[in-house]
Amino acid sequence: MGILNKTISMAVFLAFFCIFLLGRPHGATALEVQRVVSPGGIEAWLIEDHTNPIIAMRFAFRGGANLDPAGKQGLANLVSGLLDEGAGPLDSQAFQQRLEDLAITLRFDAGRDTFGGRLRTLTVNRDTAFDLLTKSLTVPRFDAEPVERLRSQILATLRREAEDPDMIARRKLFATLFPDHPYGRPVSGSKEAVAAISADDLRGFVARRLAREGLAIGVVGDISPTRLATSLDNVFGALPAKGTDWRVAEAKPARTGTTEVIRKPTPQSAIVFGQRGVKRDNADYYAAYVLNHILGGGGFTSRLYNEVREKRGLAYSVYAALYPMDFAGLIFGGSGTRNEAAAKTVEIVRAQWKRMADSGPTAEELTDARQFLTGSFALRFSSSARIAAVLVAMQLDDLGIDYLDRRNAFIDAVTLDDVRRVARDLLDPNGLTFVVVGQPNGL
Amino acid sequence: MKTALVGRLKHHAAAFAAVFLFFAAYPNPGSGAVFNPETFTLANGMQVVVVSNHRVPVVVHMVWYKVGAADEAPGKSGIAHFFEHLMFKGTPKFPDGLFSQTVARNGGRENAFTSTDYTAYFQTVAKDRLKIVMEMEADRMTNLVLTPEQVEPERRVILEERSQRVESDPASILQEHVGAALFMNHPYRRPVIGWEHEIRALSMEDITQFYKRWYAPNNAILVVAGDITAAELRPLAEKYYGVIPRGPKLTRERPTEPPQRAARQVELRDERVRQPSWSRVFLAPSHFFGASEHVYPLEVLSDILGGGATSRLYANLVVKQKLAVSAGSFYGGRGLGPARFGIFASPRSGVGIDQIEAAVEDVLEKIRTSGVTDDEVARAKARIQAQAVYARDSLRAGARSLGSALASGRRVEDVESWPERIEAVSRPAVESAFAAVMVEGSSVTARLLPTEENM
Repeated sequence: MGILNKTISMAVFLAFFCIFLLGRPHGATALEVQRVVSPGGIEAWLIEDHTNPIIAMRFAFRGGANLDPAGKQGLANLVSGLLDEGAGPLDSQAFQQRLEDLAITLRFDAGRDTFGGRLRTLTVNRDTAFDLLTKSLTVPRFDAEPVERLRSQILATLRREAEDPDMIARRKLFATLFPDHPYGRPVSGSKEAVAAISADDLRGFVARRLAREGLAIGVVGDISPTRLATSLDNVFGALPAKGTDWRVAEAKPARTGTTEVIRKPTPQSAIVFGQRGVKRDNADYYAAYVLNHILGGGGFTSRLYNEVREKRGLAYSVYAALYPMDFAGLIFGGSGTRNEAAAKTVEIVRAQWKRMADSGPTAEELTDARQFLTGSFALRFSSSARIAAVLVAMQLDDLGIDYLDRRNAFIDAVTLDDVRRVARDLLDPNGLTFVVVGQPNGL
Repeated sequence: MKTALVGRLKHHAAAFAAVFLFFAAYPNPGSGAVFNPETFTLANGMQVVVVSNHRVPVVVHMVWYKVGAADEAPGKSGIAHFFEHLMFKGTPKFPDGLFSQTVARNGGRENAFTSTDYTAYFQTVAKDRLKIVMEMEADRMTNLVLTPEQVEPERRVILEERSQRVESDPASILQEHVGAALFMNHPYRRPVIGWEHEIRALSMEDITQFYKRWYAPNNAILVVAGDITAAELRPLAEKYYGVIPRGPKLTRERPTEPPQRAARQVELRDERVRQPSWSRVFLAPSHFFGASEHVYPLEVLSDILGGGATSRLYANLVVKQKLAVSAGSFYGGRGLGPARFGIFASPRSGVGIDQIEAAVEDVLEKIRTSGVTDDEVARAKARIQAQAVYARDSLRAGARSLGSALASGRRVEDVESWPERIEAVSRPAVESAFAAVMVEGSSVTARLLPTEENM
């Protein structure tokens, strides 16, 4: 209640991609990742930790809202809300009561590229927790009451998002950058599409999309590899080996150079911007990552932070982030500024983009960025659940099980020439697309 | 936090509770103590708390000041938060943003936050960088130097922050009115960020005086959590913080509430609103206000009434009657001043706000006449207590909980004994807490609605 931070966290965007462990100053990681393969052939990556009687599991199926059929956008999202709303003999209230009484967290979430789940339990309730997870994945009920309830809740969320200038701006930006691709559509769908989803659609999703191929699992906590192996077969063993192909067409964000304005009665303009980025497997990924950190990354040190907020007081938040998706690379940023200053903020962002493209960072900026990015890895490992999420991301991005030990070397290998070259090739001040929602003067 | 709250509605109550636990105050229990902290006090009066967690070689370093928005002088709203921003500007030793540059160069993350009862600054760093941030944090406790060239752009940043958090969001605008209506005399009636006209009017003199008065070691608490012990921390704490001279003795004198006798209603119609909502907030006891024996029973009551998907409010309004898309409750009795007990619900499409209010009142009436069940109480207690184990798993939860408790006048023992206090709550205690708090005359009912043409 009434707690204000100096900055709004940008971690939401960064969290997916900045994973990691401290190499330095201590050298080796403190965490050992084990590969566990069940008798049935299901693989999970595990960090055993018996300090607290807790088990945290994250998992993800490749393929997310991207695969929602035309006219049924929002299907993956609706399913994600319903898997824990009744399964097997337990109706919705009985299922939820079991979770609540045992303080088990079981949730699903639909992303653009993945369909994910998370389970957290006290060790003492381990078997019940895994059993509830199994039921939710294999025998979800999709009773009419929870289906209509979740549908009404998603429709309410869509109405709320339609009040939120920042959300309106983001939706418009993605639609503009990806006009003919699933990335241009919101994960939560539209009013009409959500209304059109049937119980058969929901069952079809479970039958076709939740399969062992393309599944990544990360586990952290109070469980042995042997015990985990058994549980893996119990939970995921009954899923079909193969599901629908999760691949969609590669996409290139449109290069528009435009500033689109959506008029809304609000004293502050929400500004978002984006352009082509790099995917996670690009050879220049780390150079781009360091570059973005210097230009608009987290903390109180980036060029955008200094120019827009610190020097001029134009905004409370301003940032840019690499947004690598499976089938497109994107650089995405945003700010919020009073209507009179919106044009100025857009101008400054574009100018900083150009300045960086023209001359790259200074040697000192590069050194500082490397020090921050390598030194801050261990800070991500602040809870079992967060570590488990890292293990899943490492598998989805095909980074290797020893990645935590190797990651800082990738950052350290980035040279000034690399960053300058990537800045020149990648940053496109004239192609950058802006969307501004509010009553901006002079736009 | 803004983005984190955009989630499925059905988890709103849970998300609210989780955010509350982590950000507002204490976590939770299990069997016995919660965080097992070590504590000591420096000669200059600065309290020190250490919470060990050795999973990774990382520490969270926090300094909490016992001053928040409710300690501001009348007419100076927003100064505690404004000042929090200014703490990043510079000292002779670390001028012009060198503080943040140094934190970043050492692979650290940092931020700060202001509430009604405290202001806190923190960095998360590798253990072997701890002394660097300690030196800088100690330095800015008394050596900050501010110029108008630094203050004026920051004032604009804060006005943008206010615009982003409040003016851009009708629900937040309404909440400011709820606060002002609920607290008739206590300074909790003012928003933490401050009223715009008062933020604009704060002078350099106001800012300097505020700093001199409140920022001193005897008004501060050092909390370090992570890969460290008290034996390791003590020499560093003495070296960096122990040398700062003690300031004058401080007391926090705030006006308190008169008896409240009239129910208040606030309503905002805003053309931006697409999803209406309803809430009612009751003035409630806290550890330091009113009948504090109700504090722990109210925590249990809040869980029963609106803590999750099987709570009375959610099960009735959302699941059975299909009137609402969300419904829940909240209670926070950990502040230095009076507390709020709140109930909220948001209608499904086509359901009127009066129907929602009537349905909530039915749920309350049922408890008033028939009470709660032993089973509900037992289950709520078990759920609340299980959270203690999860809290121990988090690097930051202990630091947050202990820091906010000490800065709000509570003791380490109060946090550590929470499991037993919850365990001791009985069904009759929950029912008498209900009767004591659910008094319409000390409540504010709020309605957020679209303009007529948008309905």
